[in-house]
Order: sequence, then C-alpha cells, then structure tokens
Amino acid sequence: MAEGKGGVSRRGFLKGFGTGVVGAAVAAKVRLGEAAPQTSPGWDGKVPVVLRVNGKEYRLLLEPRTTLVRAIREHLGLTGTKVVCDRGECGGCTVLMDNKPVYSCQVLAVEAQGHEITTIEGLVQAEELDPIQKAFVEHDAMQCGFCTPGQIMAAKGLLLKNPSPTREEILRGMSGNLCRCAAYPGILRAVESLAKKAQG
Amino acid sequence: MAKKLVRSVWDFENEWVETVAEVPERLPEPWAPDRPLRVAGQKYPRVDGYQRVSGDARYAFDIQLPRMLHGKILRSPLPHARVKQIRAEKALALPGVVAVFTHENIPPIPWYGDSFLFDPHVRYEGDEVALVVAESEAVAEEALGLIEVDYEPLPFVIDPEEALAAGAPKLHDEGNLWNGRPNVYERGDVEKGFQEADVVVEDTFRTQVVHHAQLEVHVCVADWEGDQLTVYETTQATFSVQRSLASILKLPLNKVRVVNYFMGGGFGSKLGLEKQTVLAALAAKQLGRPVRIANPRKDEFLAMGNRPSSIQKLKVGAKRDGTLTAISLWSLGPGGAYRSAGAELGTPVREIYKCPNVRTEESTVYINAGPARPKRAPGHPQGTFALESILDEVAEKLGMDPLEFRLKNYAEIDQVRNRPYTSKYLREAYEAGAKAIGWYEKRNKIPGSGVGPIKRGIGMATQIWGGGGGPPAYATVEIVSDGSVIVRSGSQDIGGGTRTIVAQVAAEELGIPMDRVTVIMGDTALCPYGPTSGGSVTAASITPAVLAAAVEAREQLKGYAASALNVPADQLAWEPGRFFLKSDPGKSISFEEAASRLRSNMIVVTGARGPNPEGYTINSFGAQFAEVEVDTETGRVRVLKIVAAHSVGRLINPLTGRCQFEGGIIMGLGFALLENRWMDPNVGRMINTNLHDYRVPTMMEIPEIEVIIVSEPDTKANPVGGIGIGEPAIIPTAAAIANAVYNAIGVRVRELPITPYRVLEALGKA
Ligand code: FES
Ligand code: FES
Repeated sequence: MAEGKGGVSRRGFLKGFGTGVVGAAVAAKVRLGEAAPQTSPGWDGKVPVVLRVNGKEYRLLLEPRTTLVRAIREHLGLTGTKVVCDRGECGGCTVLMDNKPVYSCQVLAVEAQGHEITTIEGLVQAEELDPIQKAFVEHDAMQCGFCTPGQIMAAKGLLLKNPSPTREEILRGMSGNLCRCAAYPGILRAVESLAKKAQG
Repeated sequence: MAKKLVRSVWDFENEWVETVAEVPERLPEPWAPDRPLRVAGQKYPRVDGYQRVSGDARYAFDIQLPRMLHGKILRSPLPHARVKQIRAEKALALPGVVAVFTHENIPPIPWYGDSFLFDPHVRYEGDEVALVVAESEAVAEEALGLIEVDYEPLPFVIDPEEALAAGAPKLHDEGNLWNGRPNVYERGDVEKGFQEADVVVEDTFRTQVVHHAQLEVHVCVADWEGDQLTVYETTQATFSVQRSLASILKLPLNKVRVVNYFMGGGFGSKLGLEKQTVLAALAAKQLGRPVRIANPRKDEFLAMGNRPSSIQKLKVGAKRDGTLTAISLWSLGPGGAYRSAGAELGTPVREIYKCPNVRTEESTVYINAGPARPKRAPGHPQGTFALESILDEVAEKLGMDPLEFRLKNYAEIDQVRNRPYTSKYLREAYEAGAKAIGWYEKRNKIPGSGVGPIKRGIGMATQIWGGGGGPPAYATVEIVSDGSVIVRSGSQDIGGGTRTIVAQVAAEELGIPMDRVTVIMGDTALCPYGPTSGGSVTAASITPAVLAAAVEAREQLKGYAASALNVPADQLAWEPGRFFLKSDPGKSISFEEAASRLRSNMIVVTGARGPNPEGYTINSFGAQFAEVEVDTETGRVRVLKIVAAHSVGRLINPLTGRCQFEGGIIMGLGFALLENRWMDPNVGRMINTNLHDYRVPTMMEIPEIEVIIVSEPDTKANPVGGIGIGEPAIIPTAAAIANAVYNAIGVRVRELPITPYRVLEALGKA
C-alpha cells in the first residue's frame, strides 16, 4: 500500500481508503465507548454459577442471562456444541442434562446447576469414540458436520432411554434436530445400527 | 514440471467462465475405466470423521482468540428508506460496548456496483446500517437496540410483476429491469415450429423464494498481527475471499490469509467476500483486537441470499409422433435489492431435449427484498419443474408414455454449442430408474384413477448440469522420510467430502494406505490455489491436479528406490506398494523403504489441473423417479420413494457420494412441498425469519431413496473421470414429485410448494 515498506499503521491503513478526506473523517469521528477499548464489563450483576460438565466441576461468574450453551462454549471453551438458531428450533445445541437431551440455548446456566451436563466432548473417553460417534462415521451420517454434535447427543439420549428403538421411535426421537445437509438417511442408519445391536 | 498457458472455457454455477491457466505440458495417464482401483471408487468413511463427531472440528463459528471482541450488525427494519441520522450515544454508554461504526466513520467502499459497504440509502429489510462492537456477544446484541436511527421511509415494491409496472418505486438508476432488457436466446424459428406442431400446450408455472438455511451462520473472525491479516471465515471460496478482501483493503495478497478448515454448509450462500468480513477486518485494525462477527439466524433469512421466485410461461409444440417442434419460455424473477445473482432459469429448456426451435426470454428485476444468491443449481430446480411438468402435459395429449416421449426427443449433442458431450448416460438412467421405481407396473395409466381417498402416483423428471470443472487448480503432494504423505489443495471441504476423495486419489496413485495421507485444505497460507466450491466443480477440478502431483512425486521417489537398489531408474517398474526390477520382479523395494532414503530430503511436487478437452461439453445428467401418496381429504402429500439414477462419470467415493445425493434429494423435497419465504406485502417485511416458520425437511419427511450411478468414468472429461454431484442431486426432485402428484390425483398443481391447500384447491375442495 501507499505507506510503503514501513508496514501499515492502524491510522495509515484507514487513510489508505477512498479519498484523504474520508480517511481524516475516520480518524476524527470514530465512535468509541467510554473507557474503550480496554474495558471489560464490570463484575456488577454477575452471579456465581457452579456447573458439572463432563464429570468436572466448574465455578464461574456469569451474567444471569447467560445461556447454558454460551457458558459451555464461551466460558468453558467447549465449542463442539453449536448454536444454530438460539431459540429452540433446531437441536444444534443439544446436550445431555442428567442423560436427557435438552436444547442448551433454552436453558440458563443458572438453571443447569445441580445437574450432570454431558457435551459431545464428554462422549469421547481417552480419544476413544463412543459407539454412537463411531456409527456416525461408519454410516457417513453427516456432511458439513455442523449439526452432528447435536444429532449425536440426541441419539445418545434416545438410546439411553430406549436401547432398542423402532424406526418410528428413532424418527420421532430425532425429528427435533435439523440437518440442512439432510444427512438424515445416514443418521437413521447409524442409530438403527446400534438399536439392532441393542436388540441382540 | 514443464508448464504452458491455456485458455479454458467452463461452466461455473450455470455461467460460462473463461480462464487462462498454467497447465502441465505432460498430463497424467487417465485412469482407464477398466483399471482396477483399490482405494478410489471405494466406500471410505470421511478422513475427518473423527473431528466431526468428536466436537474437535473447529469451524469459523468456534474460533475464540485472546482479547476477541464481538460485532453485531444493525440492519434496516424498513424495505426502502433513507438513513437521516444515526445516534449511537446510548449504545456507546452501555458497559462493554467498544465502538459503533456507521457510514459516517467507515470509508465508502463500493459494493454491489452502485452502493456502499454502509449505504444511507437502504433498499431492503436487512440492509446493513451500522456495526456495534462489544466485549461480549450478549452486550453487542443488547447495544443494537440502543442505536437510534431516523429513517425517511421510501415507497417500496416487493412483487416482481409490480416492479416492472410504470411508476413502480425505483431501486437503482438503471431501473428495475436488469440491463433494461430480458436475456434472449433463440435458435431456429419458434413460430414456424408451433405451426408445424400437431399439439401445442401453453401454461404458466410459479415457484417460490427459498433460502439456503445452512446451519452455520455467516461468521468471520479477523485478527491482525502487525500488518498481517488472518481471517477465519466460513466460505465456499477461500481464495476468492482472500483476493477480494486484499483488493478492497488495498493490501498485498501475501498479507491476507483466509482460513477455513471446517465449514457448516453454504449451498451457494457463501461464494464470496461478505460485508461483515470487511467490517470485522476494519474494526479489528482500528481497535487493535480480534473481532468476530456472527449473524443471528434471522439475518441469514433477511440478508444472506435466497433462490429467487419465478413466473414461467411455457409453450411447447410437438408432432403427433412425439417429435418436439418448438419450445418457448418467458420468465421473470426477482434478484432482490442488489445485483448479486440473477433469476435466469432457461438452461433446461435450451439444453435437455432435442428441439430445433427454441426461444427463451428471461428477466430479472430489482425488488425491495434480500438479494438473491446462487442456491444449489441456480435456476435449475425451478426451470426443470416447469419444463418437466409441461412435457408431461404434452405427452398426455399425445397419448404417449412420458418416458417414451422423452426418449423420442433425446439430445445426442449439446445443441446450444453444437458439439458432443464427453459422456451422457441418460438413456441408461431412464432405464435403470424406471425399473427401480416400477414405472410400467405402478404408474396410473389414467391419472387420479386410484380408488379411495389416499391415492398413489408415480412421476419422473430429467436433470442436466455442468460440474466438469477446469483449470486453474493446483495440489501439492509431499512425501517425507517415514513414507507419510501430505496433500494440499486450496479448495475447501464444505461437507461434500472433498478431503476424503483427495486422500483417495493420492493414496490410489501412490499405492499407499489411506491412513498414510493427510490432506490440508482451506488455507490460503498453506495451500496452492484451488477453486471456489460452487457449480459442483471442486472434485473435477482438483482431483486431476492431485493425480498429476502424485504421479510425478512417485516418479521422483523412484530415483531414491533406484539408488537404494543400485540400478538405473529406468529399469524399475512400479506396482502399488513397491518398485521392482523389470528384469527381476523379485528384486524390489517398498514405498516406505524408498521413502526412508529421503532422510531430511522431501519430495514436494505441485500438480496442475489440465485443460478441458476442446470441442466437447462436460455435463452430468440424471433422472429421478418419485412415488407419492396424496391424501385427497387433507391435501397432504407424502413422498414414499425417490429413485435417483445419474450419469456423473466416476463416483470417487460411493459412501460420501450417496450421502450427498440423499441430501440434495431431501432439499429438493423441501422445495417441492415445504419451504417458502413469506413476505408481508403491506410492510415489505419477511414474516418467517426463523427455522420454525420457515420449514425445512426434518427426519419425519424423508422418503426411501435409492441412488443408482449409471455412468462409466468419464476420462475424456479429465484423467480421474469424475464429474460433480452436489447440484445434480437437487435438480429434478421437485419436478418428479409434482408429476407424481398429478399422476396420483389427476389434476396439476402448477405452483410450488405443493401445500395441502394448493392440492385441495386443485381438487376443487378448498
Ligand atoms: S441452537 Fe438451540 S435449538 Fe437451535
Ligand atoms: S451435516 Fe450439515 S447440517 Fe447436518
């Protein structure tokens, strides 16, 4: 860029756009928050939250509005669980709460206290995949994979409750989890493969 | 490797693009159809399956960097307005808010031709107005509500026909009709053709606006280290994003890195640089911290693209023996508020059937709604729905079996470019599909003649698509001293399983097991150029480059084998796993053993995609057959079975390939029966901006699906012999379902989606 070999300074960078007038306007008019940009939100209003996730206990200080999925992803760094709709319509954020599948975008972190939470990461035991995870790979029950953690947790919850579901029960049990790549036939085959095994 | 420059013209997302590419002088020997393959063409689970099922796969959505800030975009709530004033004080006063950017403090970077990154003239509900950056996503969301904007509302238009009327609100200086005129194609003389016809059928068909609704929203994280910009981006176009971003920011290409290891679906909505990516880069630069911008789901519906609706007036003439004499098509569709993707849909009319007299006239108009984007086979599912519906009507008038009628008008050559196809197994697809669905036994000879209120029917439709790919596309193959191999290609695996087929092609040609190959894709800093994943071109573009690199790398390894065996290299021959002496096949050295001679040397070879054959068109073809059940009391349609028989050259991985076909078919089912954007005409706003009211198929709707590949490897098209499959899968599904519904109930629904209400309406019961 025009500034030459000295590299790009932040200001110089913005001045590099369009006309010089605009560049100046940028420097002059940028709207910064009060103590920005180094502020972090105060402790005010935050509450202590104790979560048990994948067998470990975590002590967090969270805004009360923090959803379970945000606590898991943003505060525990467990990003396997996805957010797709953030309003209980897709199942992308499914985790197990006391072995039952829940939409973690619809549960507040404070409400999840005292419950045993399992995320997709918690199914892996010492790098060994859970049988349901293996079945998803073998049957290619995915394309982009973005719904996959939610699908697997829903399937896990279904199989924990009912180890040998019928096809109809699988369809119903999994119908709260959208897959836009529509890997549904593969997902069905994956879950059925374990259901059959359960039947012996 | 000696290289030369070639000009190559190929089909990308239904548009012909011309590229100049550097290609190797010497092309690899094609994989002959009768060559036995160990790895390619076999069912292999995804090489990145573990990452995808364990939660390890890191999508752009999941990137969290130290000191990262979160941006949210404020969008216009009005379909057409002028932004008079923006007051950000209240938002800025919210603890945790770091900055607000608007057209007043962001440079007027041109966008969509005559608009800007932030344009105070907003033209649809969802148009970008401001960016707020905060310490957390929750604070950024809250701050959006605190930005005060004064809008001066302008008259708006959301109906494509009204947009063409005199006095309609104008969105752009050029007027609402793109280019001021329709796109016209003509061959022969349609008027003469209609005069020669014994039967002429004329009808109007309509299709709805549908959305991509991929599950990973548009998201990016921009991070500066000095003057080096890294962008984690969910995209189908890693390299193209890098290029556009560098050019807009006036940065050298080598200072911009785009990373895209896993991405959560695109279907055409992620084919280029996004405004939010530029905004994230600018904000990150200014604030000195990484910035992440992720759209809320609602914004995806409003602003991130759609398949435009269509009105299609079709007229078809045929002789008594079934010979087509003329087809004419007039179509109109909305491109949305800006020029991003048009509403053309005439390719099936022009290309599928043999017909001497064809005229298509296609128009795209601006309306005050979200800009269209290419969506999985742009134009084709809607164009195919109308064409295949009216062809069934003509066949019925002629008293012909619809399949027989289609075979009668089989196109042996590409009539638009007047040249042969590299391969076309459509006849075989018709035959295999008809057999698998039970066409001759199950189809109602008299449509609607089934007894009882629940009626079954069978229908079919044909598909044509490109997907031949072309240069430029590169891959590198590296062999290191433990015999493991790294393959790099700058394309991306958007879910189609590209990493897996790349590994298969390399493992095949190198004669090593799959688990010895690691594939790196989706990183402009680590990979040589690979094409955008659109138009189903990825596989056919990059696998030949992988093959070329693998052949050359093995050739180089032969030198090490020869020195180990103390013989001249030309006396060695190769079979999977080992080099051996031609004169004494017992004397040999394994791949690994030869590789161990490398010590700290590396074999690094870049392979380039060769040109497409001159004088040929590369297309996929296929036919899908649907069996449906229609409840004539409730109007509900259930799809029982889809048979998909396709001609796509060599299928490199039948396991992931099947998954892709099934997925495309189910998306086609959603187009046929469920999905629809609802707009409130009074206020020009979208109503169903969520995944509950915008209905995509769930597991409950899936039919039985049988996928049959009827083709031989197409080694005329490229040495690996594959043609893309992502888009063909969705194209004929809705048309086949619509024809099956007609066969079940004896009345035709000419508008998608075929909802219970429309079925009852057609039956005169609504
Ligand atoms: S993200 Fe929670 S249900 Fe969709
Ligand atoms: S695999 Fe892509 S959404 Fe399910």
